[in-house]
Amino acid sequence: MYAFDFEKPKTVAEAAAALAREDAMPLGGGQTLIPSLKQHLAAPSALVSLTGIAEMRGVCTGDDGALCVGGATPHAAVAADAAGKYPALAALAGNIGDPAVRNRGTIGGSLANNDPAADYPAAVLGSGATIVTNNRAIAADDFFEGLFTTALEPGEIIVEVRFPVPERAAYAKFQQPASRFALTGVFVAKTADGVRVAVTGASEDGVFRWAEAEEALSENFSADAIAGLSVSAEGMVGDLHGTPAYRANLVKVMTQRAVRSA
Amino acid sequence: MTKVTMTVNGRAVSGEVEGRTLLSAFLREGLGLTGTHVGCDTSQCGACVVHVDGKAVKSCTVFASDVDGASVATIEGMANPDGTLGRVQQAFQDHHGLQCGFCTPGMVMSAAALLAENPKPSEADVRHYLEGNICRCTGYHNIVKAVLAASGQDVSGMAAE
Ligand SMILES: Cc1cc2nc3c(=O)[nH]c(=O)nc-3n(C[C@H](O)[C@H](O)[C@H](O)COP(=O)(O)OP(=O)(O)OC[C@H]3O[C@@H](n4cnc5c(N)ncnc54)[C@H](O)[C@@H]3O)c2cc1C
Ligand code: FES
Ligand code: FES
Repeated sequence: MYAFDFEKPKTVAEAAAALAREDAMPLGGGQTLIPSLKQHLAAPSALVSLTGIAEMRGVCTGDDGALCVGGATPHAAVAADAAGKYPALAALAGNIGDPAVRNRGTIGGSLANNDPAADYPAAVLGSGATIVTNNRAIAADDFFEGLFTTALEPGEIIVEVRFPVPERAAYAKFQQPASRFALTGVFVAKTADGVRVAVTGASEDGVFRWAEAEEALSENFSADAIAGLSVSAEGMVGDLHGTPAYRANLVKVMTQRAVRSA
Repeated sequence: MTKVTMTVNGRAVSGEVEGRTLLSAFLREGLGLTGTHVGCDTSQCGACVVHVDGKAVKSCTVFASDVDGASVATIEGMANPDGTLGRVQQAFQDHHGLQCGFCTPGMVMSAAALLAENPKPSEADVRHYLEGNICRCTGYHNIVKAVLAASGQDVSGMAAE
């Protein structure tokens, strides 16, 4: 690892000031960033740890009934503290990686990283959540910009994520057993406005919404409603774990499983 | 270099670290607590698991500076005060839960974290909780058996595979 300065501010304002320095980077739980620093894939001048900022940790309910998750909240805390209010989200968080990863890794780090096989992007896009930064609020539909790319500016901090709580929802993950990331994962959420279906792990462009399934499920929320649909293998990931055609098929299978368990 | 202070196995310790000093390096090289093993150094194997404020973490994937002020428990703190093996350690010995022993410190620390959360886990609970701990000798069956035994459950019916 290259050397860097380490800072651990107590407030979002202090963190934003520290991040104004050239090549400074936020540090969440470090479960992705520390391995990449070891591989010399990043060379920050300073790391600004967000784990000491009390206002960025924890789960609460907003005035509008939304579930608010602080940007530096570890996955294990979401699994425990969102279970009553948004069980589908809590279950997703409780199945990320392994217990040690869940005790450190944070929602903000996962979203900022936007790994094409990560779980949280599916929940955020599927729920139509809002990502609140130190500067602005970004709708999920505008946040994810493809492989490891988001709408965040350098040094911008995810302070909170606001999830409107759907009437019914579920996440179905087909796990790659060695890495525990999603080979394909589908988050389905039904609200008064219709149904949203967000898919992770499958596409070369990262998380995406499956519009045809959303339409069919908005009319009839049952696994049978999408039985006749199919997903094109074009643009799907192909690797030693599965071909593009295999993943395209998994998108439908996992959507049906999510609908059945919602 | 900055100074960090923490409580390790109940003892107040401090040392000089760089920003990039990992908790695993601080424990092993700074404090001489080499019971915490570094297997992969890529966050995959769990050999380096310790407890930070009661929670299992991979010490190769945490900076020492980030846990300044925390209470840390390592395998060296798992023995009883009189030096005999602790409950989980003893169960690993009794049920042959180790072969070369390299993964064992991490296995014991993860198992202890599980039992603190869930004192009577099922076999499936144990297997799920230990997903992040890899045993190169592949002795999983007896590891699971040892953890169940440490929880006080009867494992006499489980085959020694
Ligand atoms: C063994 C293992 C298994 C895993 N399995 C899964 C899995 O099954 N599913 C899954 O989804 N993930 C998995 N992960 C990834 C894990 O969830 C990470 O915790 C997560 O992707 C990154 O979160 P972090 O808090 O650790 O971020 P860090 O590693 O600290 O940071 C990642 C990136 O985000 C930036 N960042 C961090 N916090 C913020 C913030 N609040 N605002 C803006 N930018 C920020 C950092 O600058 C960095 O660029 C796994 C990781 C490991 C090591
Ligand atoms: S050495 Fe830390 S996870 Fe392998
Ligand atoms: S006992 Fe050898 S690695 Fe587990």
